[in-house]
Amino acid sequence: MMEPIYLDHAATTPTHPEVIDRMVSVYREAFGNPSSVHSFGRKARRLVDEAREAIARSIGASPKEIVFTSGGTESDNMAIIGAAYAKKEQGRHIITTKVEHHAVLNTCRALEKQGFTVTYLDVDRAGRVDVEALRRALRDDTILVTIMYGNNEVGTLQPIAAIAELLKGRDVLFHTDAVQAFGTEAIDVRTLGVDLLSMTAHKINGPKGIGFLYVREGVRLVPYQHGGEQERKRRAGTHNVPGIVGLQKALEIADAEREQRVRHYRALRDVLLSTLEERGVRFAVNGDPDGGLAHIVNLFFPGTNVETLLTALDLSGVAVSSGSACTAGSVDPSHVLTAMFGAESEEAKSSIRVSFGLYNTEEQVKKAANIIAETVGRMVSGA
Amino acid sequence: MIYLDNSATTKPYPEVLDTYKTVAEEYFANPSSLHKLGGRAEALLNKCRAQAARLLNVKEQEIIFTSGGTEGNNTAIKGVAFGYRQRGKHMITTKVEHPASRAAFEQLEALGYDVTYLDVDREGRISVDDVKRALRDDTILVSVIHVNNELGTIQPVEEIGNLLKERPKTLFHVDHVQGFTKVPLDFYEAGIDLCTISGHKIHGPRGTGILFIREGVQLSPLLAGGGQEHGLRSGTENLPAIAAFVRAMRMTTERARTGIAALDKLSKRIRQALEELPGVTVNTPKQGAAPHILNATVHGLRAEVFIHALEEEGIYISTKSACSSKESEASAVLLACGIPEEAARQAVRISLSFENTPEEIERFLQTFARKLSELKNAME
Repeated sequence: MMEPIYLDHAATTPTHPEVIDRMVSVYREAFGNPSSVHSFGRKARRLVDEAREAIARSIGASPKEIVFTSGGTESDNMAIIGAAYAKKEQGRHIITTKVEHHAVLNTCRALEKQGFTVTYLDVDRAGRVDVEALRRALRDDTILVTIMYGNNEVGTLQPIAAIAELLKGRDVLFHTDAVQAFGTEAIDVRTLGVDLLSMTAHKINGPKGIGFLYVREGVRLVPYQHGGEQERKRRAGTHNVPGIVGLQKALEIADAEREQRVRHYRALRDVLLSTLEERGVRFAVNGDPDGGLAHIVNLFFPGTNVETLLTALDLSGVAVSSGSACTAGSVDPSHVLTAMFGAESEEAKSSIRVSFGLYNTEEQVKKAANIIAETVGRMVSGA
Repeated sequence: MIYLDNSATTKPYPEVLDTYKTVAEEYFANPSSLHKLGGRAEALLNKCRAQAARLLNVKEQEIIFTSGGTEGNNTAIKGVAFGYRQRGKHMITTKVEHPASRAAFEQLEALGYDVTYLDVDREGRISVDDVKRALRDDTILVSVIHVNNELGTIQPVEEIGNLLKERPKTLFHVDHVQGFTKVPLDFYEAGIDLCTISGHKIHGPRGTGILFIREGVQLSPLLAGGGQEHGLRSGTENLPAIAAFVRAMRMTTERARTGIAALDKLSKRIRQALEELPGVTVNTPKQGAAPHILNATVHGLRAEVFIHALEEEGIYISTKSACSSKESEASAVLLACGIPEEAARQAVRISLSFENTPEEIERFLQTFARKLSELKNAME
């Protein structure tokens, strides 16, 4: 069987070969526990320290502001639960949006059961929150605002800097889930003005099972995983040294290639859209017309059914998705598209997400676009 | 190099790294994705789970993959605390738990739970009678480390499990991180409801582990999100590491068949040699201890000094648990056994793996004796 064309990089990306090589060599040569006092431990500890410094430099943070986690879900949980419980005496109100990743949404829902109140902000048809609406939602007892950097289904970027500006001077923590943005956006926490920021490695050709949470100096979180004294008592557990070094490597490669990748993904997007247009397919792009994350294109095909469409594309060798992989397993209408267009909207039922990555070529995307055009054509004409 | 700090972490088997690499390259898709590549990853994940279940002699649906021992213990302990708080708020554990359990209990105490910390005897062992006496109507959990990570002492897990079989409202969690493959334990027979194991202690990759959750036990999850691992552990599955971990489980289980007896011989040899040395006391009990951990006090020498002296010779041993090694305090575990503070400060831990050879051990013992006399002479 022919290898499918993989256009689902927002779900996960292949690990970069240099990252794998680096990890394997760490496993071979520096397998010690960084908490051990002997030189084996110290060697591993040095690798962790160096990685922490490099990562901090990359996002404009200081090394002690980086807490390594097992990935995006853990970072989001740690940020939200940790902030909520650290500030619960001050208030119990949290503000988020209707288009967050489930690692944020379901954490907020869990907190609602524990006596916190959560406001879920609406978004416009482009998937963007309104800073004015956020201002109106703020209350005296608001302790946390958590709004994602770039949406994982439609790519829309949220006005993070403007939100940070609004929150300046208030005793409200600001968390952003930047998991989907790292590959294509240059992120600097100082310019952004956020207190907490989540990242995971496997979305940028790094290993799975590793990520970090940026915690601005002075921000106190209640740790959720207790045990040894790793990560300044903020996250217990033996350090995943190869994973941490793999994350560092992936981020270094991404930093070096970011502009080139963005250009490449924009070119792929053009190929995709122009091919569909040439083939006369009726479609619309969901998301921000002014441009969102470069690697994500969410497409609405009127008259199709997403489930049937995905199955047909899969059989024809095109791997795309309906939305977040984490909500997959079920093909419930996407909560993001529902928030943008309404639960009964056509868009929520007939849209797919195409997401580009490192190894995609224009030929592949052209081929995929033709397959999409044929498949959609068949479905729409009822053949 | 002679590496005798295998309780802190182990060197992954080359085959384990091969598996990691292959899976990272060929099964990189997200198992939750609906397309073929996702399906292929999901099928491998299911295969790994089935194999792990077979090796542990439990059901597939009773296994969740975690990021390691700390997460396993935290998920089990807090998951029961929050999931069963209507039933009661009393929990029982011991004074010699790994920090991953101890700190979780301390957090629960701050949240209003009532925790009984059982005393241990000179050998670091709790008594089943004490467990019995500590049990109350509102006891929702008993959590015990199977093999102590500093001393190697084995707790009477089977007897406790037996006792608890008559009390269906009290769940039983065992921290099996150090014991797994070294001291066999049948989860069902021992009446265990929750059991934690970790990958990197058995030559597997970092950031992997399993929490066994007996069918019917309803934990409150620690991580909310996409609902992976039966809703109990959200987050994209770390498939390359999981597959590598399960391979390590298979390999160490296989090695254990002859390896346990071999380890036992090595540890007896170390004990005999150390006991002959002047000023050395072996703290690990002779009976009822795991075959891979030996704790000894080198009287008159600070543990760190001695460890660094051995390190100069390419031999790696440790003080206490790596997770608390940075603290300058004496080991809480040894203190709980009634070992005086000074002797506890002078304790070192030798921990073996199935890969250590008799030749390595002989060289280690010779170096140990030589360094000991050198340091003692230098002090006089």
